[in-house]
Amino acid sequence: MNKKVSVYRKEHFNAAHRLHNPAWNEEKNYAVFGKCSNPNYHGHNYEMDVKITGEPGADTGYVIDLKFLSELIKENVLEKLDHKNLNLDVPEFAHLNPTVENIAMVIYEILRSKIDKKLDLQIRLYETPKNFAEYPAS
Amino acid sequence: MLFLTRIEHFNAAHKLYNPEWSKEKNELVFGKCANGNWHGHNYELHVTIKGEVAADTGFVINAKILSSLINDFVLEKLDHKNLNMDVVFLKGKMCSTENLAIEIWKQLLPHLPEGVQMHRIKLYETPRIFVEYFGD
Repeated sequence: MNKKVSVYRKEHFNAAHRLHNPAWNEEKNYAVFGKCSNPNYHGHNYEMDVKITGEPGADTGYVIDLKFLSELIKENVLEKLDHKNLNLDVPEFAHLNPTVENIAMVIYEILRSKIDKKLDLQIRLYETPKNFAEYPAS
Repeated sequence: MLFLTRIEHFNAAHKLYNPEWSKEKNELVFGKCANGNWHGHNYELHVTIKGEVAADTGFVINAKILSSLINDFVLEKLDHKNLNMDVVFLKGKMCSTENLAIEIWKQLLPHLPEGVQMHRIKLYETPRIFVEYFGD
């Protein structure tokens, strides 16, 4: 019998960014990314679901201590991204376009190294209430 | 008298920073919101107008016209913009949600059709923080 359970921690942060490929000129950036390429940046309220899947421990009944997960996210993700300019303030995006896809992947890589390998991790990241990405894809 | 509300969205970068103050004082008062490189939000705007229902149309306002007014005079100027740098009607003003709501009111007011009055601008900066402005 499959005893795996998924637990989730919801978090939020806000940030400025722009979508821009430095290998292209401004016209091509505008043609591809439209208003999102505004050189003066724009911004979003990001909402994030961090999903952890595994078997509840016999001794605790927990898949993961959600208080521990909350602090892990706060210290390693929110401190890095909240109220920041993703392009200018976050080293991971110095040479990586901060699309919702790439931000989800960066958050995954940060958390993956800090969570027990026995547990599965998935990030769902909302850029707006209507646009979101999931990594890894299920 | 009847109230009609149109809900719209835009997103923008901004920072809260008073140029008259030192960097230290700005950080003390505005915290992370004073980040020199800006941060940003998904704003949700609720525009409420009021008026009598016309006998011939059954409308207080044609909602399509209200939508066009908000689009032309507010969203075109704010969406995907840097509020501090890109928006003429915010020049020299602190880009707080409060001031933004007041300025949105001022942008729309002169363009409302005869017999239609502004009632409220409700502006969400995040799902948990919003302001309401009633024009006085």
